[in-house]
Amino acid sequence: MQLSRRQFFKVCAAGVSGSSMAVLGFSPTAAMAETRHFKLARTTEVRNTCPYCSVGCGIILYSLGDRAKNAHSELIHIEGDPDHPVNRGTLCPKGAGLLDFVKSKNRLKFPEVREAGSDQWKRISWDEAFTRIAKLMKADRDANFVAKTADGLTVNRWLTTGFLAASASSNESGYLTHKVVRSLGMLSFDNQARV
Amino acid sequence: MPLQSLDIAARSATTTPPPGIRKTLEVAKLIDVTKCIGCKACQVACMQWNDVRDEVGENHGTYDNPRDLTANSWTVMRYSEVESQERGLEWLIRKDGCMHCEDPGCLKACPSPGAIIKYANGIVDMQQENCIGCGYCITGCPFNVPRISEKDHKAYKCTLCSDRVAVGLEPACVKVCPTGCISFGSKEDMKDIAEERVVELKERGYGNAGLYDPQGVGGTHVMYVLHHADKPGLYHDLPTDPAISPMVSLWKGVTKPLATLGLAAVAIGSLFHYVTKGPNEVSKETEKEVEKELEEEGKQ
Repeated sequence: MQLSRRQFFKVCAAGVSGSSMAVLGFSPTAAMAETRHFKLARTTEVRNTCPYCSVGCGIILYSLGDRAKNAHSELIHIEGDPDHPVNRGTLCPKGAGLLDFVKSKNRLKFPEVREAGSDQWKRISWDEAFTRIAKLMKADRDANFVAKTADGLTVNRWLTTGFLAASASSNESGYLTHKVVRSLGMLSFDNQARV
Repeated sequence: MPLQSLDIAARSATTTPPPGIRKTLEVAKLIDVTKCIGCKACQVACMQWNDVRDEVGENHGTYDNPRDLTANSWTVMRYSEVESQERGLEWLIRKDGCMHCEDPGCLKACPSPGAIIKYANGIVDMQQENCIGCGYCITGCPFNVPRISEKDHKAYKCTLCSDRVAVGLEPACVKVCPTGCISFGSKEDMKDIAEERVVELKERGYGNAGLYDPQGVGGTHVMYVLHHADKPGLYHDLPTDPAISPMVSLWKGVTKPLATLGLAAVAIGSLFHYVTKGPNEVSKETEKEVEKELEEEGKQ
């Protein structure tokens, strides 16, 4: 770039006067401050229960999308449910991070089976899973169910299979689980609440 | 998109006076460290709400994780093991983060117009689009809180969830806390709650229990209830009497108007010089002499 002495002085003068004006308070107006956009303003709220431990804290799932045909909803935030009597809006660090648990790449999303003798997990359908469980349970119960003891006392018990239930169930599903398991004669029945 | 009118009380590097007739409720967060179990739910809730995630760190033999505040971790739990004659071993846990000073050193030190804002309700917030990444806010902060991101070279810190507070909600860390150690409300109410708790702690044998609301920075909008309020340094070097560095006060307080005055004086002086003396002209005689000399030089 070729600058004559005169041009050089002009450039210097313009620079000095410009920066001086800015320092003297004549800078162009910047946008005023604003808080960040409230990200839950147009979300759908769904109540749920934290799946981690036996405390069973109430949570609210916030998702974006109005369920229009071409709009695909997405879960964007999870927070404690202030109306839930157990936690009243609070959560532990695990519960507070549930969104990352839901979106985890390692999350199990379908039934898998590892056949006896195999070292591989194989994906199966829900129907296959239920059928398989029912068949195995029936076979074991038919083989090992004890209706009467040796001295003729009626016991109707099935001791060779156990059942592990979830603590984060509603009262209704807890009642149903109990009914089903006990009416099969199963005695070994425990709950995730003691895990 | 604030639903509540949030007046600006102060704006970095701005001389225009802020609006001041509306009376806004001053808010505060009270952290009762005597009820904290160090679970870090507040740390997780903070990241979840503010859409930041820190890297998975390494274990350095303490529970502090991450070990320090970062551009992605705006609050961290500080664990201090303190041994004394009277009490034996004590495990003091403090939730560290921005204190939202009434007289914010970061804002005072910031040279970029509108990069740091103090709202009328007491929240000190950063507007990253105006941040130039100079790091003066870190120098200005008496609590060493802001951090510059390596990704975008802009400063980040706790916003006291200004976006939640603006729509009438409590900050994310306050809502999540399972032991109820963090409360949020008007500053007056928080002082009342603290007072009750201090009486309770004194009855339980913590004679020096008290509220941490340091007046050196005009009071803070994040306050602590400490069992050893006489020795805040026990809680991972919480400053006993924090104040803005004298260099920042000097530079932004006295020097800045003086420099502006100096610039103005130079500008006015030059103008007067030009008007009275005019441009520096060379007389034609001198010009001819010089030309002659040059010609002679050329001949040689």
